[in-house]
Amino acid sequence: MPNFDYEAPTSLAVALELLAQPGEVRPLAGGTDIIDQLKSNRRNADLVVDLKRIPELSSLESNGSGLRIGSAVSCTDVHNFTAKNSGYAALSESSELVGSIHIQNRASVGGNVCNAAPSADTIPALLIHEAIARTASASGEREIPLIDFFAGPGQTVLAKGEILKELVLPAPSANTASAYLRFIPRNEMDIAVAGVGSLIEVDPSTKVVTKARIALASVAPTPVRAYAAEEYLEGTAIDEATINKTANLAVQAAVPITDVRGSAEYRKELIRVLTNRTLTICLERLA
Amino acid sequence: MSKKQIKTTVNSVEHEILVDSTWTLLETLRDHLKLTGTKEGCSNGNCGACTVMVDGKSSCSCLVLAPEVDGREITTVEGLADHGHLSPVQDAFVENSGLQCGFCTPGFMIATTALLNDNPHPTENEIRLKLAGNLCRCTGYDKIVRSVQDAAERLAKA
Repeated sequence: MPNFDYEAPTSLAVALELLAQPGEVRPLAGGTDIIDQLKSNRRNADLVVDLKRIPELSSLESNGSGLRIGSAVSCTDVHNFTAKNSGYAALSESSELVGSIHIQNRASVGGNVCNAAPSADTIPALLIHEAIARTASASGEREIPLIDFFAGPGQTVLAKGEILKELVLPAPSANTASAYLRFIPRNEMDIAVAGVGSLIEVDPSTKVVTKARIALASVAPTPVRAYAAEEYLEGTAIDEATINKTANLAVQAAVPITDVRGSAEYRKELIRVLTNRTLTICLERLA
Repeated sequence: MSKKQIKTTVNSVEHEILVDSTWTLLETLRDHLKLTGTKEGCSNGNCGACTVMVDGKSSCSCLVLAPEVDGREITTVEGLADHGHLSPVQDAFVENSGLQCGFCTPGFMIATTALLNDNPHPTENEIRLKLAGNLCRCTGYDKIVRSVQDAAERLAKA
């Protein structure tokens, strides 16, 4: 472990001052990625700033306009909160898949985003729910659509001294359903070989899809949206045949590598299958 | 590296400890407080041998920094027994032979205690899902699952 100092400020303003100091200053939420990375010398730190004692970063709430998730809120808390609020089913499902329950109890959804692993389970769910990343630094705040937040594996667009403050998700309309599925070789607790989050808004009388969002994990240097599949499905009446065509189109957005978890070809086939299954689940949820 | 004075309650006993900012909770428990029931396995959050409860929530103590637990309540395997009497979870593991070499057992018993606090009547699938973060390399999972089921029954009767 490198030598670093540790501070746990209780206000965002103090945290942002600390983060603006020279040297490697690392924000810490759950720590389940960063502590391991520090131990194994994959990242360095002169100062670690624990964000968990800052009230607005450690709280989440929903109202008529949507859901606000402070960046230090644990996966367990997000899962429990969204499980009761079925409008965010994909987020509820994915936040229960990040490592084990022991990891979910500490790891934050915000940290899962900032760690920026292409395989991160919560990111496709946040993308289809059209999350906005609200960031903060000593020089002010900015809002970034989450799709523009990632710069590569483990890389985000956050500047030095800038942190993710919160994720803001608009409230889905009544005729909306979402689902997240991933494939892993075990039954539980592993890193996604591929993952798909799907969200559809469907006109109940005509079955025409009025909004489609499909996002993919583990098949590109960053999480990606399957735009061609979304564009096809929007305006189309949803049924088995159009779901199959959408699933085929989703594969176009996948540019995977071959690695120890699976070949590129296998991952593309997983995207087709998982897109099909998540859309089918969405349809069942709307029935 | 800086030193931090922290106050933390471990197994209902308050401790004031001067910790290095880089110590993990696991190191603090084992090397400083000499509570060696909590084991170090993988050191990266995969194996669950170091599972403890932080404010009642199961956590990998290898992925928690000592200063993070200032003001928090920690429960380790040494805190499960009550005045020398094993807890229902511990009795269930003993009587169902839910262990072979025993290295993973403290983590499993803490994970089980936390699981049953949250969900007193888990299904077998729920048990296997919630204990997936605890690895037993002697491969005795069936007996561990039976131990958890028995522990749930014992707690329901208690």
